[in-house]
Amino acid sequence: MSITNIKTRADDTAAALDAPASLTPLEKCLLNEYQRGFPVCAEPFAEIAAQQDVPEAQVIATLASLQQRGLISRVGPVFAPQRAGASTLAALSVTGDRLPAVADMVSRYDEVNHNYEREHHYNLWFVVTAADEAGVQGVLEDIEMRTGLAVLDLPLEQSFYIDLGFPLWC
Amino acid sequence: MVLSELDRELIAEIQGGLPLVARPYAAIANRLGMTEETLMARLQELQSDGLIKRMGVVVKHRALGYQANAMVVWDIPDEDVERVGALLAAETCVTLCYQRPRRLPQWPYNLFCMIHGRERNAVLRRLAQIVEFHGLEQLPHSVLFSGRSFKQRGAHYAAREDSLPRSAHG
Repeated sequence: MSITNIKTRADDTAAALDAPASLTPLEKCLLNEYQRGFPVCAEPFAEIAAQQDVPEAQVIATLASLQQRGLISRVGPVFAPQRAGASTLAALSVTGDRLPAVADMVSRYDEVNHNYEREHHYNLWFVVTAADEAGVQGVLEDIEMRTGLAVLDLPLEQSFYIDLGFPLWC
Repeated sequence: MVLSELDRELIAEIQGGLPLVARPYAAIANRLGMTEETLMARLQELQSDGLIKRMGVVVKHRALGYQANAMVVWDIPDEDVERVGALLAAETCVTLCYQRPRRLPQWPYNLFCMIHGRERNAVLRRLAQIVEFHGLEQLPHSVLFSGRSFKQRGAHYAAREDSLPRSAHG
């Protein structure tokens, strides 16, 4: 048996997902093929345009449209967590009727980026990022003081994940 | 790699994404008072170093139809966490796979991964496949589906003048 036949993943078919029908071929291409390896050269959109054989203006307009429609958050770098600053994943256990108000309070911190409800006893999960550890702890203490709730502080210890982007459809 | 003050300014300028103009690096370099060439060279270095994990389009899973998002948390014996972490991280549908500290007695889980899918049952099926394929049946785990998203944007690592980290008493 050749080594290529050894299955190491349970979900080899996972990438075979359907694209939303409303996307154009160029949109699908930009969404899926440029999550990494975006050109670092003077005119990166012109380079993508040349690769895809479309006008540069169309590449820029399409990305602007995807951004404006909320399908992409940005075009740019993704930083390794804990490398460009300090961060933690934090959680609160909030009673249902208080959740919207507490979530809103948490979202107002500039240091909080993701803030999600999750189905668990710990039902509010958020990421706190700051220039240094003291900045992160300051936000957590502030939140504890203002909510009267104990924050679960779960900083990253080790990452096993190599970020290659998100496979949308292949 | 030690980050200089200029690196921090660069990160602050670029973390929200590149401007969608013909020469985006020139635009950012101009704001930082450096040349386009110097900026591009530094970005390449930050990528080789791993501080920038990737450069490209950052997609919004939910808006693209990946509504079901499960954070799966595992209680893995410490001596086994590297092995299991690597297995999970290699699965196509797994995005993010991190070791974090337990907080006993409230929180017994030390390995976190994220599984995205178009709907809940697809995510659960995929998780079941992964558990069976890798023989993880004996490892306690819990599935936290996401509910409402209160805030989602890229992390802001480097503080700008107007967003310095709060002090604990600020």
